[in-house]
Amino acid sequence: MGGELVVQIRGVRKSFGANQVLDGVDLDVHKGEVVVVIGPSGGGKTTLLRCINLLETYDEGSIRVDGVEVGFRDGGNGVRQPRRDRELARIRADIGMVFQLFNLFPHLTARENVMLGLRKVRGLSAVEARQTAERWLTRVGLGDKFESLPSQLSGGQQQRVGIARAVAMGPKVLLLDEITSALDPELVGEVLSVVQELARDGMTMIVVTHEMTFARDVATRIVFMEAGRIQIQGTPREVLSTTGHDRLKAFLARIEMKHH
Amino acid sequence: MLFALQSLPFLWEGLLLTLEVSALVVSISLVAGIILGVGIVYGPRWLYWPIRMYSDVLRGIPLLVLIFFIYYALPLASINFTNFVSVVVALSAFETAHIIEVVRGALQSIPRGQNEAAKSIGLRFDQRLLYVIAPQAVRRFLPPWINAVVDTVKGSALVSLVGIVDLMLAIQQVIGRTYKPMPLYVLGAIMYFIINYTLSSASRHLEARYAYIRE
Repeated sequence: MGGELVVQIRGVRKSFGANQVLDGVDLDVHKGEVVVVIGPSGGGKTTLLRCINLLETYDEGSIRVDGVEVGFRDGGNGVRQPRRDRELARIRADIGMVFQLFNLFPHLTARENVMLGLRKVRGLSAVEARQTAERWLTRVGLGDKFESLPSQLSGGQQQRVGIARAVAMGPKVLLLDEITSALDPELVGEVLSVVQELARDGMTMIVVTHEMTFARDVATRIVFMEAGRIQIQGTPREVLSTTGHDRLKAFLARIEMKHH
Repeated sequence: MLFALQSLPFLWEGLLLTLEVSALVVSISLVAGIILGVGIVYGPRWLYWPIRMYSDVLRGIPLLVLIFFIYYALPLASINFTNFVSVVVALSAFETAHIIEVVRGALQSIPRGQNEAAKSIGLRFDQRLLYVIAPQAVRRFLPPWINAVVDTVKGSALVSLVGIVDLMLAIQQVIGRTYKPMPLYVLGAIMYFIINYTLSSASRHLEARYAYIRE
């Protein structure tokens, strides 16, 4: 990948109490890449994703998005100090995230959900924000649902609003955290095809998923995480046809069994 | 019944004082309770324990004891309030402790994912609170808050015990002159009931306005 470096992760460690969730993670993501992170639950995938926009803090190491250290600022003499809310808000505005449970704002309509960040963070006028929101909602196939409250939408529709809310901000990287896990099987396709379209348009993404077919189709690179480390990474073909890695083989076999 | 009618202007004065004390206490405790309630949920650790202590201690003291304490004890420390100020302080301190818990409950009823989604689009703390958390928390906040307001109006009758002529003391003074307790207490009860019934009806209308959020 020759594109510019968007996310640079170096030696990141994190523990919840005695449980070492991330145990020295290094990962580079370049512009336009779609990095799919797979691996067993508890292997640190979601935690890694949540560290990138600091929904979780990390104890050691460095995460840079577009060159800016996310979790810490330089307090002088190389001392790392936690960032203030205001700085974090500015950094997070450029990092999109879509959640497993959608997390739409239930008191706002689909359009208002997308508009909120555009108005309050990007400072767009009501008219501009409305146009941008409607354009994105239309692109994810919800052109007739502007006025709907989340409670009036299906899971698949809600998740597409979630995607529109994230991409409308024009993020440098989009983080997708098991975005189809909470959906009925027949609604998974409509969400994944939106993601595929974003990938085609060159959106830089880091995707945590259990959908292996989707991973194979959309990924420019697959990363296998287990025990808080990246065990193996490469193109989908390389990783999914690897025979030399026992734990990856075991994981893929388990996934296969679940789906057949 | 004539004496009861003749006493009405005097009772009216008392009623106005009851309403004035209640309105002051409700406003002060609302502002203080929201600030401290937000502090206890989102604030740093060093802020948590003092607020927790304050709320637990104040809610554990009978209101009457608190009123007498502030009325009699503070002058010993050379803090001299007028009767009126000291009862407003006592009632506000007491109600604030309750509002803290109401605010805390309402804020904690909002799923964590809401705050995370708000963070992820780049909203600052004040914006997350204002645009995402508060509009959802209001619905959980209103019913117990209205209860607290009604309690305040009723609790304000205790100010009569430090010689402030509110509705309660006005009634007692009229009784002192007429020796007709029953009609006057019934009249007083009706007046308190009308105030509080109005409040709870208003709250039901407000709650209906926020019914858009499903449980």
